[in-house]
Amino acid sequence: MTVRLLDAGDAAFTIEFGDAIDPLLLAQVNALDAAIAQRRAAGELAGVIETVPTFRSLTVLYDPLLTGRASLQAALAPLLAAGAAKAPGGGRRWRLPVCYGGDHGADLDACAAALGMDRETLIGLHEASEYRVYMMGFMPGFPFMGDLPEALRLPRRSEPRLRVPAGSVAMATALTAIYPWESPGGWHLLGRCPLRLFDARRSPPALLAPGDRVRFVAVSATEYDCLDAAQRAGDDLPAEWLPEATP
Amino acid sequence: MSANVEVIASGAWASVQDRGRRGWRRIGVPWAGALDPALLRIANALAGNDENAPAIEAFDGGLQLAARGGALRLAVAGNAVLEVEDAHGQRRPHPPWRSLTLHADEVLRVRTLRSGRIAMIAIHGLALPAVMGSCATYARAALGGVDGRALAAGDRLPATPADGPERWLPDPPAIAGDAVRVVPGPQATHFTDAALACLLNSAYRVSAQADRMGVRLDGPPLAHRDAREIVSDATVPGSIQVPGNGLPIVLLADAQTAGGYPKIATVIGADLARVAQCRPGETLRFAAVDVPTAEAAARAAEATTRSLLASIRPLAEAGADHAALYHANLIGGVVHALAPEYRPL
Repeated sequence: MTVRLLDAGDAAFTIEFGDAIDPLLLAQVNALDAAIAQRRAAGELAGVIETVPTFRSLTVLYDPLLTGRASLQAALAPLLAAGAAKAPGGGRRWRLPVCYGGDHGADLDACAAALGMDRETLIGLHEASEYRVYMMGFMPGFPFMGDLPEALRLPRRSEPRLRVPAGSVAMATALTAIYPWESPGGWHLLGRCPLRLFDARRSPPALLAPGDRVRFVAVSATEYDCLDAAQRAGDDLPAEWLPEATP
Repeated sequence: MSANVEVIASGAWASVQDRGRRGWRRIGVPWAGALDPALLRIANALAGNDENAPAIEAFDGGLQLAARGGALRLAVAGNAVLEVEDAHGQRRPHPPWRSLTLHADEVLRVRTLRSGRIAMIAIHGLALPAVMGSCATYARAALGGVDGRALAAGDRLPATPADGPERWLPDPPAIAGDAVRVVPGPQATHFTDAALACLLNSAYRVSAQADRMGVRLDGPPLAHRDAREIVSDATVPGSIQVPGNGLPIVLLADAQTAGGYPKIATVIGADLARVAQCRPGETLRFAAVDVPTAEAAARAAEATTRSLLASIRPLAEAGADHAALYHANLIGGVVHALAPEYRPL
């Protein structure tokens, strides 16, 4: 699929690399994002407000009083031509605690039934994979992570919930995520993570970043309560749960 | 006691907003900020503030603010019906688009709005801590404003005592009624040709689900060509997303930064405040423009706002004051103390 430039009004456009969830597309998105950041740091591309990388596209938001689509797209053409084909590396490696099931994961049993397995098998499969943070969005600090093992893939709930509790670990289609805030949501709730995914007083405010790798680790309700209380009290993340840098 | 504004009643929904929070959409933080930025700038200029300073954005009527600890300078931009009650319970009307000195323990009331659903109330020297670079309230993630939430009775906002001249805007802007301009895309091709024609040729009614996140519209449904969902990509303020039921939603300042519904078109920046100002039940029509036209419209809108800001002038001393007040009343409609909107709350 060729790169497409999509109009998004008078103050943004989207550069679309493809329409699938695919690490190679993500590599292209991230390479262009990094190249733009570099040019902006050098004082070029005046009028660009920010860029938003997603699974398969980069949206450029600009101030139409300072620049315009034609001149920006001309300036970006050489960056696009430079391209990138290597799979993304780097990022940090996280182990995130999850209390599965019960009140914390209201859909666990229904998902297990729909997938034709018992709940322990479902939890084991969800824990066994390392997930890539593809993008952040939807709400502050919300990580879209994948890919789920084939055996866990379900469509979204037919009736979205009006209230998903903050910290809910959820899955739908090939993706898994953590809701940092209470919100409506249509994904299946498996459990809850007691760590704060977003805190404006932290720098950076979001716990996870695109490119990070995440593995889930089941914890008991008691461990969940301890971690939750410590996080509410504003304690630093216990060393046990700090991420490792990846080569 | 240092000077502050006390919220006596917050009305339908009121929050502190400025120009918004830039640079964090990549981690899911929308800009938030004033839904009608021109009103923010005018209100601040009238109150003697930097034009992008934080101010109160009020939906509909009902907001009541009291001056505490000294006299404060306030100004309201928007077609609001205002009333000031002094410490002895005496009420007097006050026109919008003109600053006022609210003496200690006087109360300013926004009784109702004659048009639109948003007014901006600027307070001279309003000081709040910035969160991630902005004071804009984003209630969904408890960012900015007062404790990251909508204003509530009892809140106190620090301000500085009134100084400098009072100011007025001689010719206030009216809310235009023409078609809202949109640029087709980014996913216009996900819809049938008939769907885009339908969007551009039909009247859409603003539903009751209209807030700072977005405006859901009722009208003829727009047919998707094939899949009703896309792999999530970025949204922008003004994106018109169309979920499976075919009814368009115009995204506003607090909307999610990414979404999986195809976006048939984007409302241009120059016309987005007009969508936000629509009351539920009002109808909108859309007209397509290309990007160069939309960018020219952004420049034209900025020139209009700048000329409004440049026209703001100090109120002269006593004698001329009455003439200015009279003129302002003629513009906004004569305010009469016996009019229905002046019944006590």
